[in-house]
Amino acid sequence: MSQSLATVAYLGAAILFVLSLGGLSNPETSRRGNLFGMIGMALAVLATVFGPRVSPAGIPWIIGALLVGGSIGLYAAKVVKMTQMPELVALMHSLVGLAACLVGFASYVDTSITLSGAEKSIHEVEIYVGILIGAVTFSGSLIAFGKLSGKIGGKPLLLPGRHWLNLAGLLVVIWFGREFLAAHDVNAGMTPLIVMTAIALLFGIHMVMAIGGADMPVVVSMLNSYSGWAAAATGFMLSNDLLIVTGALVGSSGAILSYIMCNAMNRNFISVIAGGFGSGGGAAPAKSGEAAQPQGEVVPVSAVETAELLREAKNVIIVPGYGMAVAQAQHTVYEITKTLRDKGVNVRFGIHPVAGRMPGHMNVLLAEAKVPYDIVMEMDEINDDFGDTDVAMVIGANDIVNPSAMEDPASPIAGMPVLEVWKAKTSIVMKRSMASGYAGVDNPLFYKENNRMLFGDAKKMLDEVLGALKS
Amino acid sequence: MQAGTAKPAQRIGVPRETFPGEKRVATVPEVVEKLIKLGFQVAVESGAGDAANFSDDAYRAVGAEIINGAAALWAASDIVFKVRAPSTQEVALMREGGTLVSFIWPAQNPELMQQLAAKKTTVLAIDALPRTLSRAQKMDALTSMAGVSGYRAVVEAANAFGRFFNGQITAAGKVPPAKVFIAGAGVAGLAAIGTAANLGAIVRANDTRAEVADQVVSLGGEFVKVDYEEEGSGGGGYAKVMSEGFQQAQREMYAQQAREVDIIITTALIPGKPAPKLITAEMVRSMKPGSVIVDMAGEQGGNCELTEPGQAVVKHGVTIIGYTDLASRLSKQSSTLYATNLFRLAEELCKAKDGVANINMEDDAIRGLTVIKDGNITWPAPPLKPAATPAPKPAAAPVAQKKSGHGHGSSGPLPAKTLAVIFAVAALVFWFIGAFAPAAFLGHFTVFVLACFIGYMVVWNVTPALHTPLMSVTNAISSIIAIGALIQIAPPEAGMGGRPDELIRWLALAGIVLTAVNMFGGFAVTRRMLAMFRK
Repeated sequence: MSQSLATVAYLGAAILFVLSLGGLSNPETSRRGNLFGMIGMALAVLATVFGPRVSPAGIPWIIGALLVGGSIGLYAAKVVKMTQMPELVALMHSLVGLAACLVGFASYVDTSITLSGAEKSIHEVEIYVGILIGAVTFSGSLIAFGKLSGKIGGKPLLLPGRHWLNLAGLLVVIWFGREFLAAHDVNAGMTPLIVMTAIALLFGIHMVMAIGGADMPVVVSMLNSYSGWAAAATGFMLSNDLLIVTGALVGSSGAILSYIMCNAMNRNFISVIAGGFGSGGGAAPAKSGEAAQPQGEVVPVSAVETAELLREAKNVIIVPGYGMAVAQAQHTVYEITKTLRDKGVNVRFGIHPVAGRMPGHMNVLLAEAKVPYDIVMEMDEINDDFGDTDVAMVIGANDIVNPSAMEDPASPIAGMPVLEVWKAKTSIVMKRSMASGYAGVDNPLFYKENNRMLFGDAKKMLDEVLGALKS
Repeated sequence: MQAGTAKPAQRIGVPRETFPGEKRVATVPEVVEKLIKLGFQVAVESGAGDAANFSDDAYRAVGAEIINGAAALWAASDIVFKVRAPSTQEVALMREGGTLVSFIWPAQNPELMQQLAAKKTTVLAIDALPRTLSRAQKMDALTSMAGVSGYRAVVEAANAFGRFFNGQITAAGKVPPAKVFIAGAGVAGLAAIGTAANLGAIVRANDTRAEVADQVVSLGGEFVKVDYEEEGSGGGGYAKVMSEGFQQAQREMYAQQAREVDIIITTALIPGKPAPKLITAEMVRSMKPGSVIVDMAGEQGGNCELTEPGQAVVKHGVTIIGYTDLASRLSKQSSTLYATNLFRLAEELCKAKDGVANINMEDDAIRGLTVIKDGNITWPAPPLKPAATPAPKPAAAPVAQKKSGHGHGSSGPLPAKTLAVIFAVAALVFWFIGAFAPAAFLGHFTVFVLACFIGYMVVWNVTPALHTPLMSVTNAISSIIAIGALIQIAPPEAGMGGRPDELIRWLALAGIVLTAVNMFGGFAVTRRMLAMFRK
């Protein structure tokens, strides 16, 4: 296959990738979108393997590597539980980051590439930046994976003077960058490159460690963006337009997702990255606790009473949160939904953009449980309807239904858009205890007069509710 | 009242309502208990609750003091809770400097306002509550009374109507369901819709505010549109006066409904104006004999030309009910709700729970309620701060919102200043790159920037429900980095110029394995996820 043919194939692959993302605009076309992505990827790989840049000697190696990697990937995709999606995605980001690092190093030691002057400098900058982004993505994603899977605690680790540490790291990276560019041969350049990689790895760890559990959706989407930029940087390094296009697509997609998540929490992107939110015992929440100590009594209910309320309701809105994912309660939720709908109750779901630990997490869980997607609503679509709702059932969510975001300007989550469940005639909150959410903010909703608390494990309680509904 | 830290608890007095036919009472035993918990003393005039089936003994049992005679009660009370606005005689009984909480209708009763002001009183008119404040809803007695009235209107209609509401097929023959048309879907209208639908009737309703259509449907009614485009929301949850063209179209629609239905319930009110005449004598004549009209706007002149306020009359074979005391006809229910509204107000007034009402004029809700403060007329209250009032939606808003899809990215164009700064920075960066970078780099750079824009445009269209699949598919796509490893594993240049082939091969091989995990795993898991999304 000639170089021109390979280039045309790359162009086709790039178009297929754009179509693939475009297909996700609604669930009807999304399956085809994914298919486009697969075809595009196959086309790109085949065009490369049979293109002018790979000699036949390499093909057995390639097939072997693809077989090994592919079977691991397929196995992982098959066994992963839908509740573990955030972890899997984070882990996969780390693979892209590591691959970008490896390709960067390989490209640097490759003496067959001979350039001079500005082209050489640019090539080296590309290598340097590519490895930098790759390393940050790799270590950051690993930590995110650890946090999401509970292997590392969700609380942010705040080193003293962490902003200065980061700044110092950046300066060192820039200084070694100069060293690296000034190096005459590969051996001399290797030291600054490795030092920089180490710093980048530490920086990635530090960055994600400092971010609280509540901000995880932002982090996951941000790392998604990074993995794209790493691919784009690799594309520059290898003068490959397909890599650049694809990297840019992925990078901007992740950036937009991060932006949407930040908006949904009314947070500034910079402050999320700077970390420290969701500390639980931090100074800010403590202060606000004094400012707005909720007053009133908490009224607990039993599962049977909850079933009564649901049965007598005409309009029910269910607001799921991370607690539903943890308890694996989505199937029971679906059973309850089905039972109620058979009785003529209008059941809908209200999904907050940051419910769960990654963008769209709740939608995926509900889809897994076969909940039809046309009764699953976004926050903006459903928020006005709470006034006409008889029962709003909150399952394992806290901050996203916290009225102090709207009512108390002193609250750390002030201004964050929330689902206004307290406007329903009755709201029922299912929770294990009275502990505060990830943001460490007390929730006045629990003390509202039309609110009832159903304490216990979400799955167990919902099973009881379902039993009571069916009897 | 003496100044100082330890003020004695105030006494709330509840007199017997003197308005002819008024059966409600301003507090009920259940609420008396709660008021006492707030620290107040409560005194009730003997017999005040009789018409609503609350005996003196019931009040006494929960700790209220029973006082014989209105004069003694008014004299003993610091704060008086009433339902109807006080009569001239009652104002005369009122204590100088006392506080009164009641329906007042300050716009309709200027003389009463003068009399109350002359007595140096403080008056909270429950009808002057700013209803758009969501915090104030618990005190909204207009809403709770309207709900009761709406229910009662249907019961009155059923009483006067000679047939079943629900359709039945019996051994004695088939009974068609009654058709009910409800004009105005405010609180009373919605309550009427729900009640009539529950009785089994076919319910249709109309309102000039198009946004209530969903509420009508949710209660089991059918929304009848007027065939004319105009937005009728007048702010504060009320309707406004409509244009001539609209009114013409509306009349035609009413005329048609009048011919078809068995029962019409009208609830149309425009604040500060006489009720609109929706049902003409002509329309009444066109109705089937035995039909019923319940005109809930009787007090403001009625929505039907033939209504006689306060009376039920039969004209042209149609019973026209114009009772103005519908809420009072369900006195036990309406008293309980009204008493709870007043209790919520008492809670707001007495946050310290020390039995002393503190009228905080900084509080929007309290400010709106207070029509006379220590003898100074403070009505009407200044309009609420813009933040608290919902902005009137443009007529096309619901359609436009649907079209924009996912509710984000609609933040409008950037301000010109920000835009200029961004453009300036971009220009500087581009100039810098153009000045120093070689041609080959620029080609790639062009591709990169354009791809970023395509990504931006495409990704905004992704529905939020698919954000997780989006992430996993972009993750799978980012394994395109495999290309980089592929071309390094065994390029044609291998073995030339001292290239460290072994090292590069192993690095590239590791890269391929890693990306292959991603590639296959990412697409497979996306596929698995997307297969689950179903209608």
